[in-house]
Amino acid sequence: MTKQTDIKDSNEVLVRVEGLSKKFCKDLKTSLWYGVKDLANGMLGRGYESSLRPKEFWAVKDVSFELRRGECLGLIGHNGAGKSTLLKMLNGLIYPDGGQIDITGRVGALIELGAGFNPILTGRENIYNNGAILGFSRQEIADKLEAIIAFAELEEFIDMPVQHYSSGMKVRLGFAVAAQMEPDVLIIDEVLAVGDVSFRAKCYERISELMQNCCVILVTHSMPQVSKICTSALLMHKGQLKAQGDNGTVIEAYYEDNTVSSDATIIYAKVCSLSYFKTDGSEFRGMQKSFKVYIGIQSDRKITGVELNLLIASRELTPICQGSSKFDKQSINLEQGLNEFVFEVNDLFLNTGIYKFALTIDDLKTGEKHLWLQNLNPIKFINDFTGVSPVVLNGRWYSND
Amino acid sequence: METRTYRKDNQLQLGRLLQASLRDLFQSRFLATQLAVRDIKAQYRQSFLGILWAFITPLMTALVWIVLRQTGTVALSDTGIPYPVYVFSGTLIWSIIIEAINSPISSTNSAKSILTKINFPKEALLVSGIFKLLFNSFVKVILLVVFILFYGMGWHWSMLLFPLGMLGAVFVGTTLGLLLTPIGLLYKDINKLISFGMQFLMYASPVVYAVPKSGLMHTIMSYNPVTPLVTVPRDVLTGVFPEFLGYYGLVLLACIPLLFFGLVLYRFSIPIVVERLSA
Repeated sequence: MTKQTDIKDSNEVLVRVEGLSKKFCKDLKTSLWYGVKDLANGMLGRGYESSLRPKEFWAVKDVSFELRRGECLGLIGHNGAGKSTLLKMLNGLIYPDGGQIDITGRVGALIELGAGFNPILTGRENIYNNGAILGFSRQEIADKLEAIIAFAELEEFIDMPVQHYSSGMKVRLGFAVAAQMEPDVLIIDEVLAVGDVSFRAKCYERISELMQNCCVILVTHSMPQVSKICTSALLMHKGQLKAQGDNGTVIEAYYEDNTVSSDATIIYAKVCSLSYFKTDGSEFRGMQKSFKVYIGIQSDRKITGVELNLLIASRELTPICQGSSKFDKQSINLEQGLNEFVFEVNDLFLNTGIYKFALTIDDLKTGEKHLWLQNLNPIKFINDFTGVSPVVLNGRWYSND
Repeated sequence: METRTYRKDNQLQLGRLLQASLRDLFQSRFLATQLAVRDIKAQYRQSFLGILWAFITPLMTALVWIVLRQTGTVALSDTGIPYPVYVFSGTLIWSIIIEAINSPISSTNSAKSILTKINFPKEALLVSGIFKLLFNSFVKVILLVVFILFYGMGWHWSMLLFPLGMLGAVFVGTTLGLLLTPIGLLYKDINKLISFGMQFLMYASPVVYAVPKSGLMHTIMSYNPVTPLVTVPRDVLTGVFPEFLGYYGLVLLACIPLLFFGLVLYRFSIPIVVERLSA
């Protein structure tokens, strides 16, 4: 839907980044002092200190890429990898310490929605405030006012002070104003996961509309989003380029690089405790069909009739699928001491990514919870095929002739 | 389409910076107005006493001095015009000067959260600060005129020159504030230093008492560049020939290159400051 490149002159390079570097300082006091020094040196025409000073590090180091109209670059990396710093430089908020950025045309940034809102003023007044900051003229805002209100679905509340808006309404209004931009280069920083489902769909629709006429730099943590929207991707790690180019390769590198804490979170453990939890592998390559989970549970007393429930969850701890002993009406008893179980997974096709387990034990009679653990034993799947959803169906396409 | 280049050594040409700064000053009129209107509206919508706050401090200071003088606690030399008029016009003009000095720092500081996220012409913040300042000053001037007529000082045609004299004070104050803004954004000390320093400076300026005829204080107050900013507007208001008119012109002239320098400094420093604020 979004990979069209044939709208305007598609060969035109809009963003060219060469050897881009930026230093940051770890210590606030020192940082402020360096700020004063940079100011003084700059005003006096003395050169800059291009190497690192004490307590400084490279927040971005030697990053280069090019983007043409119609392209979308997915910028991925862990927290602190330098993505936001890179965006700030592209947006012209801070200047590079090394290298160069050439950016052609109007730059629009969906980084902060509703900038310039004053909570005491009404939604209508704040459309003007926000619009002015985004660079619209009074006339342009007046012309687009109705469209903005309609997009935000706020006709009824537009003359109410923004401080009485729900957070969703505020974001909707902010997005509605920002959506009126017609940029050549669009910078997006994961603001899209806002509002309710239908509004989010509307946002995506508007963004894909915009994307046909511009080039996009999208910062995200969602790999499905990258494979869905982006034409290429860039992985940063500690300020440096770790991988660049084809989505699949970069996403794979992202997961390769991913070290997740394997500390389980105990939400509830009263009568039972976990003595061990392991799978017959922690990294699976290619489409994995089946694997086994070995679980040891220590019980303080004998419990007759419990439900054992194993969940596989995404990295964000959203459950994706589950295996419950209630499903096939098994009745399981726990003996006092160590109880050992195996859960055998048949035919599960998971997309490239990191998954975690959760485990619950409920009493069938009383409904009481004996054990509830989350964030267990991360496992990694790496496939050639990177899809959008976590689970891939075990099915086949054929023509219905 | 315009291609922008961001590079380290690109930001040093002063002439180009000034040109860009003036262009943005002009082009961001709508944004500046919008921000000023927003702040003024919000300020009065959430306030019961509203406009009163604009002159409550100068009024109080004036009252204190009137009482001090009336009770004979302090002996002040003759001011030439009714003392309440002298002291109230002094404190009011003084409050405008202080507000002008603080304006660039405070209007930039209050936009800190946007500065680190959105690229917009920052000069608009300065202009919106000046708009707010002029609005507040306008209210004060009206009150002052009412006060003077109430005291039976009568109408002088030179009163019409008062807004012009006021603009001079706003201009000099803003220029000073602008020069302090880059450092003031990095270190909170500057704000404290300003309010601290201005307290002292008030006693070295003819705000609550006139310039003595001789002595050390006479020398200090005659050379103090703030003296003409306070006396000239007051003199035109009360129909006295402004004694410091020449010095007033000199201070204003000296501020023109300083203002241009301040604008260049401001434009140059914002990315450096933003970097330190958002790290």
